[in-house]
Amino acid sequence: MILINCPYCGPRDQSEFSNGGQAHVARPENSENLNDKDWGQYVFYRDNPKGIFYERWVHSHGCRKWFNAVRNTSTDEILKIYKLDEKPPKLDSFTNTLKTPSGEPKVGSGNFTVKK
Amino acid sequence: MKKKYSIFALIKNAFSNNENWQKMWKSPEPKKSYDVIVIGGGGHGLGTAYYLAKEHGIKNIAVIEKGWIGSGNTGRNTTIIRSNYLWNESAFLYDHSIKLWENLSQELNYNMMFSQRGVMNLAHNEHDIKEMKRRISANRLNGLDTQWLETKEIKKLVPIMNTDNLRYPVLGAAFQPRGGVARHDAIAWGFAMRADEMGVDIIQNCEAQSIKTKRGKVEGVKTSKGFIRAKKVAVVASGHTSVLAKTAGVKLPLQSRPLQALVSEPIKPVINTVVMSNAVHAYVSQSDKGELVIGAGTDGYNSFTQRGGYDVIEETVRAIVELYPIFGKMKMLRQWGGIVDICPDASPIISKSEVEGLYFNCGWGTGGFKATPGSANVFAHTVAKDEPHKINAPFNLERFSDGRLIDEHGAAAVAH
Repeated sequence: MILINCPYCGPRDQSEFSNGGQAHVARPENSENLNDKDWGQYVFYRDNPKGIFYERWVHSHGCRKWFNAVRNTSTDEILKIYKLDEKPPKLDSFTNTLKTPSGEPKVGSGNFTVKK
Repeated sequence: MKKKYSIFALIKNAFSNNENWQKMWKSPEPKKSYDVIVIGGGGHGLGTAYYLAKEHGIKNIAVIEKGWIGSGNTGRNTTIIRSNYLWNESAFLYDHSIKLWENLSQELNYNMMFSQRGVMNLAHNEHDIKEMKRRISANRLNGLDTQWLETKEIKKLVPIMNTDNLRYPVLGAAFQPRGGVARHDAIAWGFAMRADEMGVDIIQNCEAQSIKTKRGKVEGVKTSKGFIRAKKVAVVASGHTSVLAKTAGVKLPLQSRPLQALVSEPIKPVINTVVMSNAVHAYVSQSDKGELVIGAGTDGYNSFTQRGGYDVIEETVRAIVELYPIFGKMKMLRQWGGIVDICPDASPIISKSEVEGLYFNCGWGTGGFKATPGSANVFAHTVAKDEPHKINAPFNLERFSDGRLIDEHGAAAVAH
């Protein structure tokens, strides 16, 4: 369960929100000239990092406003929340706590926050 | 050659306190190079190695696994097996798998505890009825044994179900008698044992860290036990497939999400089939130990935490208690989460990639267990021949640019 700090309403439970997937995906310009492969990339392919991720949320059961967040998908820690018209923070301004490329300890679950 | 498992072996080993059972597989150190490296020692990965050795004569294979074999999603699922998918492509793939399941205990001489107790999908509204009847018709045209059950027939099969006194009454069900459950550890261990017997190296506690490529061709895998060279690399890493693919410069249309399940305290037999409901999101079966095995939905956001939100469990348990008032006071013993990789069309990817010698079997999302032997069988064919088997040819990566999607959101039965 994640507590999300809605920039308009304050901290609320995650179940009040809906996730809108990766943030800052721009519709390609001149899409009528795009080939199938590039169009497929835009429609179906999204980043899926284990680590720091830009994403969109909407406060569906609250103010119903959209906003962006930076979250570490390996710990579910929300690192930054910012409004749609604000500039996205640089990803390298956050420290990635993953120890191996795939982010897993040698044996067992990758559940860092619980194991700590 | 390993000794056969039989009733006589059971009796004999009982006399020696079960201390002299044979070792099922060796745990070798990795060699410098292999013909094929399979990344991921779950059912799909071990099965791939088994069929590569058995049907394609490739013996110089390593299966590398981060933890212990079967310790990933193979050990986390709710063990449901069925093939009642809408589209021809999926029906052929999943039914290929059921046909293999039916013989697997004998073939591997290892008890899969495969129990064809039937799988029921409940309809709760007019739309469900129409959608399910359409699916049943499609299934029957594909030779699958799905049938429509009226409410009173459901009540006969599952007397404990509350069908009328609830918010969304039960109006009927699609039923596949050949569906059922199996023991999930057994498929990993059975495949591992027989693959090991044919010379496959099963390397546990060996994490694949990155895939090395050179000029569009795969070179090997960097692991926690050093670099291992390989002519071909087959990635079957479930939720972490996109992380590994990225190290080879391949982007896949996958999103990784937590999926949860839970089991109750064991009770006497009360439900002898698998009952799933898409609309209220409740699915339940009873294990041979007597525990109720309950599957919840996925969380609505990407995560690799191997947990999930409590509200997701609450939602499914709420529906279960309404459908089966008898379960109202039961205690849940365990709850867990695993990371599943979901494709935009809720169908898997069993495909070659743009890198020569690099193959992917992923995107099984919330329903990969049922397909384990079928998926492994066609994936082995794809890896050995460098071209897909006719069953998995439609499950390629190109479908995300040419638009031939296999949309199975309706038949996937788990909310995502």
